[in-house]
Amino acid sequence: MIDQIPAIIVLAPLFGAMIIGLFGIRDHRVCLPVVFISLLVSLGASVAAAQQVFNVGTINYFVGGWEKPLGIGIHLKIDALNSLVLVVIGVVVMLVSFFSIRRVGERDTEKTPYFYILYLLLCVGLFGITITSDAFNLFVLIEVSSLTSYALIAMGSNKRGTVAAFNYVIMGTVGASFYLLGVGYLYLKTGSLNMDGIHAILMLETNDANVGASKATTVAFIFILVGIWIKMAFFPLYGWLPNAYTYCPSTSSCILAPLMTKVSVYVMIRVMITVFGLDWVFVELGWSQLVVWLAVIAILAGSMLALAQREIKKMLCYLIVAEVGYMVGGAWLADPDHWGMTGALYHILADAMMTLCLFLFAGIVAKRLGAFEISDLQGLFKKMPITSIGLVIGALAMIGVPPTCGFFSKFYLIRGAIEGGHWEFVAALLISSLVNAVLFFRIFEIAYFGNKPAEGHDHSHDHSDDSIEEGKGSDSTVLGREASWSSLFPLLASAAIIILLGVFNGEVVALIRVTFENSNHLSGLFR
Amino acid sequence: MSEFIQTNVQPYFNFWIYVVLMMIGLWALIAKNNLIKKLIGMSIFQTAIILFYVSLGVKDGSTIPILDHHGPEHHETADAGHDDVHEKEHGKKAEPHHADDHVGPNPDTIANPLPHVLMLTAIVVGVSTLGVALAIGQMIFKEFGTLEENEILEQIKAGNVDD
Amino acid sequence: MQESVNSLLPVWACLCSLIAVPLIVIFRKEILLREMITFGAAFAKFGFVLAMVPILLDGKVITCSLIEGVSGLNVPILFRVDGLGMVFALVASSLWIVTSLYGVGYMRGLKEHSQTRFFAFFALSLCATLGVAFAGNLLTLYLFYEMLSLATWPLVTHHQDKEARTGGRTYLSYLLGTSIAFAIPALIFTFIKSGGDLSFAGPAILASTDMTAWSSVILLMAFAFGFSKAGMMPFHSWLPGAMVAPTPVSALLHAVAVVKVGVFCVIRVVTQVFDMTTLRQSLGALNVNEVLCWFASFTIIASSLIALTQDNLKRRLAFSTIGQLSYIILGAALLHDVAAQGAALHIAAHAVGKITLFMCAGAIFVATGKKYLSQMVGIGRRMPITMGAFFIGSMSVIGLPPTFGFVSKWHIFLGALSTGQFVFVIVLIASSILNIAYLLPPVWKAFFPSGPTEFDDEGIKEAPWTCVAPLVITSTLCIVLFFFPNELISLTKNLFASK
Repeated sequence: MIDQIPAIIVLAPLFGAMIIGLFGIRDHRVCLPVVFISLLVSLGASVAAAQQVFNVGTINYFVGGWEKPLGIGIHLKIDALNSLVLVVIGVVVMLVSFFSIRRVGERDTEKTPYFYILYLLLCVGLFGITITSDAFNLFVLIEVSSLTSYALIAMGSNKRGTVAAFNYVIMGTVGASFYLLGVGYLYLKTGSLNMDGIHAILMLETNDANVGASKATTVAFIFILVGIWIKMAFFPLYGWLPNAYTYCPSTSSCILAPLMTKVSVYVMIRVMITVFGLDWVFVELGWSQLVVWLAVIAILAGSMLALAQREIKKMLCYLIVAEVGYMVGGAWLADPDHWGMTGALYHILADAMMTLCLFLFAGIVAKRLGAFEISDLQGLFKKMPITSIGLVIGALAMIGVPPTCGFFSKFYLIRGAIEGGHWEFVAALLISSLVNAVLFFRIFEIAYFGNKPAEGHDHSHDHSDDSIEEGKGSDSTVLGREASWSSLFPLLASAAIIILLGVFNGEVVALIRVTFENSNHLSGLFR
Repeated sequence: MSEFIQTNVQPYFNFWIYVVLMMIGLWALIAKNNLIKKLIGMSIFQTAIILFYVSLGVKDGSTIPILDHHGPEHHETADAGHDDVHEKEHGKKAEPHHADDHVGPNPDTIANPLPHVLMLTAIVVGVSTLGVALAIGQMIFKEFGTLEENEILEQIKAGNVDD
Repeated sequence: MQESVNSLLPVWACLCSLIAVPLIVIFRKEILLREMITFGAAFAKFGFVLAMVPILLDGKVITCSLIEGVSGLNVPILFRVDGLGMVFALVASSLWIVTSLYGVGYMRGLKEHSQTRFFAFFALSLCATLGVAFAGNLLTLYLFYEMLSLATWPLVTHHQDKEARTGGRTYLSYLLGTSIAFAIPALIFTFIKSGGDLSFAGPAILASTDMTAWSSVILLMAFAFGFSKAGMMPFHSWLPGAMVAPTPVSALLHAVAVVKVGVFCVIRVVTQVFDMTTLRQSLGALNVNEVLCWFASFTIIASSLIALTQDNLKRRLAFSTIGQLSYIILGAALLHDVAAQGAALHIAAHAVGKITLFMCAGAIFVATGKKYLSQMVGIGRRMPITMGAFFIGSMSVIGLPPTFGFVSKWHIFLGALSTGQFVFVIVLIASSILNIAYLLPPVWKAFFPSGPTEFDDEGIKEAPWTCVAPLVITSTLCIVLFFFPNELISLTKNLFASK
């Protein structure tokens, strides 16, 4: 059983989806237990896999026992780089399933089983992307997750969501096609599709003094990079993201926003480290400067665009664009001790939780208060005190206030930037933190001041505040407005994880950095 | 000019074809106003890449890769019966020569099957993408009553969208 | 290196007001009990601080480590009480008792809303203040610094009206903005340069690192502007903005706790992050010997001039505070022992003086509802005790004997003289004259109006005793400390980490 962990992670949600397809459509009560069981199995398997990775070592799993030399066996690999990402995916999808309990049921029971089928297939795609060690399978799994997310976005009742989903289909397909094209060139060059295999052959070539001469390798890298950048909404290629995540159903945005972009960032890092090798990427290619500047532009543009938004979710979407800039920039800092890469990997985990927290918040207020715009949040702190906790913690993490994880990811990124000499990146990170502070304190202000903004001064207070505060006001009305526990639990859990991730950042980072210690893909200068 | 074609185009003509196709698709994606035409562009774009892959597996004087324990005479039937789909997809496929009567898989005589197999998957992916996209297009048509992008955007801008 | 004693006293001193927060919230309905909790916490805090004084007077320092190493940074969260921190802690904790009394009177007098929230956040702010005072390394310092920014925001915006909103917005955007933009990068840079050692114990943090002259100067300025609670221009306008807060907040936080935290941090940085000699060299190498001094001097003069034009009493006091804070920065930036000692003493001197002035302003507001100086002509007839205290407070802020302000300013003055920087001597003299110009005329007019005023026939009618008693205590303190300054002086010796 324990040897089969990698397969279980991917297959559990797949079978779950099949069971719902067989039985859930007739009897909707089947859906939720199946979702929970299959995701719990995946999460458990991910945790077990992570344990084994850090205690024993990398897990290689060849589906059906077709070992590497044959070239096309399906190779699943769990190592230090992806085990934490797997766990985070598991945690996020688990929490979102709690959130989905009411959300989906209330809106339209007819669609419920279909929603859960798509949801589980999306999980299959996400787990698969993370776990596979095969360049072509990666493409297929990217498309599995993309296809399901198109459908999830279009499922809502919002008309604009449908249009956004259509644009997403087109952009997403172009991105995936570019990736596929890049893989084609790599295959042409190396005759292998296995990531390790490709790397080994590329390395041989480098040793043959055929260095960098291979334009095909460079072209392949560019195609792959552009493809992944479209998928992760890196700045100039972000067009599909804001509308798609804003106008889709809350539950869909809660699962897509934290995971899709982050998993794509992981894919980029995986490709950089495992397929091409950091030596080649940073030294032979030497584009670090260029990409970091692109990331700087992404961060600044994302932040500025976020400032201009009035809708909560749209603002968060543009923040995602900025955060993607953090991670891409961090991954490309090329500092000798890999602090930038560490920061990027840590930020994948941190940002997944932060985004989840804030999107859950947005989902809750949209449902409870009908609040879509920031100005609708008036008096939130008094109306929904528990929900507000989630908002405050998520926001502080976004701003980067210790001890939340947001602070530490910025710390590692800035450390990498300083050591790599990329001061422009430091400046961009700081400006973005400032903008986040402005954004969220604007929300806090509205949420705190309640709905009597321009009322007189000092003496003319009516004492309605006091009556609530002093307990004379009926508690039931206050609590009645609070969201249900199935929504609050994931919100508070994600908030707690944000803090835990921050408090134990040293341990997490130590695990991340195992990648850089053991990897044989980092030779020479970067050893 | 002819020299240019001889040195740069002829040996790499499969690359040129896929690039041209890809650009046609991309142009349709960007420039077309009708959503369905956009989808057609998307399909052309995907197909270009599929053709590129298929052309990777081809080499002169090679045949289809089938393990054959009965000698070369069975090749003809196997080809006709089995690789029908491939034949249609490729457009260009090396005609099955039987240069030598080698028994068993001789790497020189068979086309690389791997890219073709991959493309079966990619075609499936492409079909499903197209299916999802068409379904979404249908929803758009139901909601907006049009498939012209500018008209949809106008409706959105006019605030004619009830959430 | 000084001998250090392990003790939990600083933790308790810091925690006791934190513990009070939930208690205050729990007993929000029992108003009397709630206020007793505030007082209890205040006295306990002062008691804990006082208990540490003898140890420090023995020439030892107290250390206490809370967290051995923050995960990932390997920097401990640690308390270390030395003379400078002790002076600040003494000031803050003793004045909290007084302000609590005053706050109760003020809030009841005006029947303010949400008093529970007010007292809860007040206690929280004090916890953060003492955290800063006792911080044993740069990281701890920074954490409590930020905690203070956030904890004081609900106090500043207490009235929840439009004015409070604008003030609160300015307040946070300046404080958080500068700390994110300047302090954090400076902190991380220091962290990397020093190899992860941010401790204030031992030699200066950057003593044995190779820093180019430019990076030292930029780092120095980044810290000085990053800790913008110090109110140095051009990052000063949060302080007048914060005057929308209720007066007890202005009194304790914006004359003592918050602003002093700012200058305290700057002193810490100048004395214990940088190495004095190398800093002098790098400044000299770039011909910017006194760059920080110049900024401080400009702030001193400019803010005094602005203060002259303010009619709103609290705003005038706020600008006065900005100027006085820059005295402290100037004292530290002169990089001279005596001047730095003067700076540390001025933390205490200005605190006691300015809190008196603010409490007078609040008492006037409670008793008569007047906010503007032009309305206060002749008010001395009605509120002689308040205005008498105001006079003494003014003397201390100006630096006239027999008040404590004289002692501290004298030290800064001496320091400036012995470094030979006569420009700054002139700045000090000029600003003292300006101080007289903006503080004493109101007092004069209050007692000796040039014509009949509305207060003539009312007889003596002071604010409630809970408002008056505190300001009497603090004004007395101004004078008492002039005669018994020795303990404070001996606590502030040898501030520079490396000689």
